[in-house]
Amino acid sequence: MSDQVAPRAANQPAAARASENREGRDTQAFLRPPADIFEDADGITLHLDMPGVTRDRVKIDADRQTLSIEGAIQIPMAEGMEALYAEVHSTQYRRSFTLSGELDPERIEANLNDGVLTVRIPRRAELRPRKIEVRAG
Amino acid sequence: MFTPLTTFENLFDELRRVEQGMDDWFGRWSTPAGIRSVARGTFPATNVGATDKEVHVYLFAPGLDAKKLQVSIQQNLLQVSGERTVPHNERATYFRQERYDGEFRRVITLPEDVDPDKVEASYRDGVLQISVPRREAARPRRIEIK
Repeated sequence: MSDQVAPRAANQPAAARASENREGRDTQAFLRPPADIFEDADGITLHLDMPGVTRDRVKIDADRQTLSIEGAIQIPMAEGMEALYAEVHSTQYRRSFTLSGELDPERIEANLNDGVLTVRIPRRAELRPRKIEVRAG
Repeated sequence: MFTPLTTFENLFDELRRVEQGMDDWFGRWSTPAGIRSVARGTFPATNVGATDKEVHVYLFAPGLDAKKLQVSIQQNLLQVSGERTVPHNERATYFRQERYDGEFRRVITLPEDVDPDKVEASYRDGVLQISVPRREAARPRRIEIK
């Protein structure tokens, strides 16, 4: 049951393509930010690692079905710099998740702190879990 | 001629092209790995770039307390260590836990002409940037033709 409530990664081929397809050089490579996702009584919370992204460079779109998160790394560079070693090869983060009906995309809240994006998706008020009392006898 | 605009992306992407070209040429496993190199995906991800005057190291280490970061240098070996603690919500159900949690240490070999006495480090938007100047003598000099 909880599987349906959990957001599922819907858009992963971008990152895979970046590392596997050598010919498709003109296709944009995306970084897939690692995520922690948990659910409590109020809704679902996501934490995504997006270092180098400033607040004005992050874009979050949500409709009834999908939550998409994008961000661009913004780092000032010295002129005439030459790359010696790199593990991060792109400046674009992208990841998306499918949402389920009991979540309320209208009331999503997000904040960015030291490169960690927190997104909170509340459950629709009328759908919060109720405690069911078990009577004795 | 136009002046090429150096951006973070095309700079480090260019390097990947070169690395892949090498892989294709020599075969994926035949090139020896650096003795201090680490497996892909090690936290924090690191890029290194250089100009004639300085070497810049970028560590992608989001959500850290800058005061708890330790940066040290011995000759051309730069060492960065710290700890990232991801708070755990006891009453929640977790679906994904992909973010790095715990202590980390990375050793980065810099070019040999760096001056270890003048290292500068700053932490911003989850990126630790360390700049180390290169020694004057090692910089390319322009030779005047008389």
